[in-house]
Parts: sequence; structure tokens; C-alpha cells
Amino acid sequence: MQDVFVTPFIGSRIGRPRQYLLSILSVCLVSAVCFLFSSYIGVEVVAFVLLLTLSLIAMFFDILPVLLTALLSALIWDYFFLLPRYNLRVGNTEDRILLSMYFVIALVNAVLTYKIRQIEKIARQKEEKAKTLKLYNTLLNSLSHEFRTPIATIIGATDNLIEQPGRLSGDDSKKLLTEISVASLRLNRHVENLLNMSRLESGIIQPKKAWHDIHEMIHSILHQLEESLADRRVIVSIGNGLPTARLDYGLMEQVLYNLLHNAALYTPPGTPVFISAARSAGDLILQVEDDGPGFSESEIHKVFDKFYRGRIGGTGLGLSIAKGFVEAHNGTIELTNRASGGACFIITIPSCFSPEERRKPGAVKKLTHQLSVS
Amino acid sequence: MNLKTTTEILVIDDETSIRKILEITLQSHGYNILQAATAREGLQLTATHSPDLIILDLGLPDESGQTTLKKMREWFGKPVIILSVLSGESDIIEALDNGANDYLIKPFRTGELLARIRSALRGATSEDEGPVIQLNGLEIDLSTRTVKRDNELLKLTATQYALLALFGRNVGKVLTHQYLLREIWGSDHVDQLQYLRVFIAQLRKKIEKDVNYPEHIVTESGVGYRFLAGSN
Repeated sequence: MQDVFVTPFIGSRIGRPRQYLLSILSVCLVSAVCFLFSSYIGVEVVAFVLLLTLSLIAMFFDILPVLLTALLSALIWDYFFLLPRYNLRVGNTEDRILLSMYFVIALVNAVLTYKIRQIEKIARQKEEKAKTLKLYNTLLNSLSHEFRTPIATIIGATDNLIEQPGRLSGDDSKKLLTEISVASLRLNRHVENLLNMSRLESGIIQPKKAWHDIHEMIHSILHQLEESLADRRVIVSIGNGLPTARLDYGLMEQVLYNLLHNAALYTPPGTPVFISAARSAGDLILQVEDDGPGFSESEIHKVFDKFYRGRIGGTGLGLSIAKGFVEAHNGTIELTNRASGGACFIITIPSCFSPEERRKPGAVKKLTHQLSVS
Repeated sequence: MNLKTTTEILVIDDETSIRKILEITLQSHGYNILQAATAREGLQLTATHSPDLIILDLGLPDESGQTTLKKMREWFGKPVIILSVLSGESDIIEALDNGANDYLIKPFRTGELLARIRSALRGATSEDEGPVIQLNGLEIDLSTRTVKRDNELLKLTATQYALLALFGRNVGKVLTHQYLLREIWGSDHVDQLQYLRVFIAQLRKKIEKDVNYPEHIVTESGVGYRFLAGSN
């Protein structure tokens, strides 16, 4: 879920102690300036200037510093400006009324501004809550679709198989069993992805790095995806003599699995899929490409966002998990469109070759061999 | 006259797996099945084939099933059953208000779906059956405005009768609270849920064998009531 950006009040960004300090300083500064000009301006003007200062402070700071400012400015006004000067006593009744009115206005000003800000804050919180709720509902709907559809398939198929075996032809029974199997695998994948996502969220993913053969990894994934990729040409090109790489096998396998599974799911049957692995200095570069429809410019920036679902649907987890796992390796994953239009994912995993290998010159020459998965 | 010999059901759902399960289920129960994966295709098939019943998903790729339902209802009068993963009361009420006869949440039990299909098909044909509605021991005569239970005349107030007659004309169909209130009390009273509760309780006392286990007026939680013929 995207973080909703909250515009905080300046007050909540500045710590309480600093708010007190800034309030006192500004009142003192304004008073000092007024004091310099006190022979030209009357005490009433000074009172207005101080009230203005207070209003400005009230717009940004918490209630307590503002109340302190109100009290302090009243005292300063009395001490330095009202006659007799340099003591807190007030000479005549008119000035006494002025001082008490000043104090009341200052307080009302502080409290009202505070209240308005509280109301604004509540309105903003409500708005955010509504936004979060909407996001949550969309998310819940897509997740419930992704989970309930295979469950509905399994229940529907088993109901048929259990309740009316007599009505079904052998062919129908077999079709139902196939549907159950496909739906179970789909459910399993969703559960796997959700678990992986919560692992990523909780930040407990620590890559368990060891030396692995990239050939072996790619072939193992292609074997797992044999059925989904059955009607496609899969072209694998792995750098000749690509050395073993140090990475977490389980995590990287999941990354490539998700990318290839997406290619199988979201490109039309018969679309070729390309996988390549190569070394560039100490980095491992993995590419998964296809000749499908690719992504629109606006989509490219969103596909790795958690729960972002493209035109076709899905849980919106696969690619964000891929990104999370690559980043757990300090690597990067990028999406571009190929010149021919299809999607191209480029994964870079830094420094995963031994120092001796790293010293060998440049990227290794590619050896292309075609794999017919059928 | 309908030239079709078997009942034809159109399934509009973008999930291949759901369509396959429905195809096998419905075909093994003697229904003919038509399939559409998009709203556009579904509307086309509805127009060209005029199926006897439509099973409609709400999450279609090209538009919301609610929109499809509204479009369909401008000219298609036969039963539509919604089959969706959306289980919120507001979704259900919206679909029923848009003219759906029934609403079933995925995952569903096959037996339940078949029962709802039978019930919807029965409701669709009973309109021409004349003024007397017969339901397992309960007889509503719309011409004489009388109701009998086990051949015994029931005393009903005008409002109780109006409510029961409305149910009787919509056997098997979920009627929303708002619909019932509007039909019986008028559009100013659609929020007066307590009126409805009182009259439903009174009606149940008169027509149900056991008020605690009503078999005619069944509560659809948060949505409305469904009138059933009752078990035989």
C-alpha cells in the first residue's frame, strides 16, 4: 500500500522545546524593536504588534507555547510599555482595562486558532481514512477474487464428482480433476506470494547466500513451469563459462519464477520468451524478455508497487515480491519495453562472483542454446 | 411458442475454470449451455440466442457486471442469477435493484446453484399460470384476494395480504427491504425497516408451520427476504 502523504502542521514537525524557545525569542525580538521606536509609537500600537506576533505563532505552534507567548507578551507590554514603566504595577484605570483586555484577546486568539486547527486536523484525518478505506476495499476485492475463484472451482468440481458420479462421463470426470489440480496450484501460488510478502514486510528476509550454478537454477525453474510454458518457445542464453554466483537460491528462484510465470500468463500463446544470464565485472545480469504486448509508459512505473494489478488482474504481488527479493541482494530490477514491443526485465545482482573471476576481463561471450519445452 | 426443447443457460464469466465447471455441472443436469468471457460477448449472445436464464459474474474485464445487467434488463425479461465473489450487502442490493433475480456468492455449492436455477425458472413461468398460486399447503388466490393454508381460510389484513401477494408473484426471488417497502408503503417509507419487520413477523405467524424455522419467508441477512415454496 502506498503511504498516504500527510501534510503535518509546522508545529508537529518542530519539537516542543524548540517551539517554546522560538515563541519566547520572537516575542522578545518584536518587543525589543518596538522598544527602540517607543518614542514614536503609542502603547496601543505596540499591543497590536504583539497580538499580531501571537496570532502568527498560534498558526504554527502547539497550544502550550502559544499560551505562554500570550502571558509573556502581556507581561512585557505591562513592564516595558505601560506607565509607570519597569514595574508590573499599572497606573490608571484605563490602562488596567487595556491590560486585562489585551490578555483576554490574546487568550481568545490562541484558543480559537487552536480549535480551528484541531477541526482541520480531524477533517484531514477523516479524508485520509476514507482514502485508505477505498484502497483497502479495492485490494480486498481483488484478493478475494484471486482466492475465491480457485476455491469455487475446487468446490464446484468436487461437488460434481461426489454427488453425481453417475451423470458424468469419464472425460468430464477427468476435466474436473484437471480443474481441481490447476486451481490448487493457483491457490498455492497465491498463499506462497502472500507469505513472501509478509516476510518482506516484516523485514526478516536475510539472504542465505551460497555458491550456485545459474544454469541449474534456470533449468529447474523452466522444469517447474513446463506446463504453463508448454506452447511457447523458450530461448535461454547463458554466458559461456558463467561462473557460479553467490546468492540466495530460494529467493532468486522465486524472482525468476514470478517473472516467467507472468510472461506465460499475460502474453498470448505462442509468444517466445527469452532468458539470459551474463557477468559484467562482478555483477550478475539476468534478463527475462518476451514478445508480448509490453507495458504502457504509465504502467512501467507502477508494476513493482505492491497490489498494483495490470489490465488482466492477479493479486498484484508477484512483481513487488520479485523486487523485494532482488533488493534483499542489494540488487536492482528494471522494466523496459523491447524495441519490438515486448517487456524486458533486467536484474542486476552486484558483487556475486569471486575476486578471481572478477579480475577476468569484461562480460563473458554469450552462448545461445535453444530449449524446446514441450 | 418456444422452439427450443431444452432449457438454455448463458454463462457470462471471464474465468475459464468457472465456465468449465458450470458447463459440466449444467450439461450433466440436462441444460444447454452458452458461454461468454466478456460483457460485450454476453450481451451479443443474449440478443441472438435469447437464453432461458443467464448466470452473470460481476467482475468482467470490459465493464462491471452491474452495468451489463442494467443494459440487459432494458430488453431481456428472463431470469438473471448473479454469481460473484463480491459478498458485501451493498453489492447484492445493487444487483437486485438492477434487476437480478438472485445472487449467489462464489464459492458456491453445486446443489444450491441448481436449486436457485430451478427456482428462478419456475418463477419465470408461473406468471402465466393464472390467478391462483399454489405452494406446498399454501394457496394464494389473486382474483378473490383470499389465502388458504391446508384448505383453511386465513384472516389477513389488507397490508398483510398485499405483502403476501407480492411475495407470491416473486417466488424464489430475493426481494430487497427497499423494494418491499416501496411497493407496499410507498417511496416515502423506504427507510422504515421496522414496518416491514412487524408485518413479516405477523405473516410468519399465520403462514409458517414453525415460526422459528420459516420455510416460506426466508431472511436474506442484511438484504431482504426470499419467498420459497417450502419443502415437500
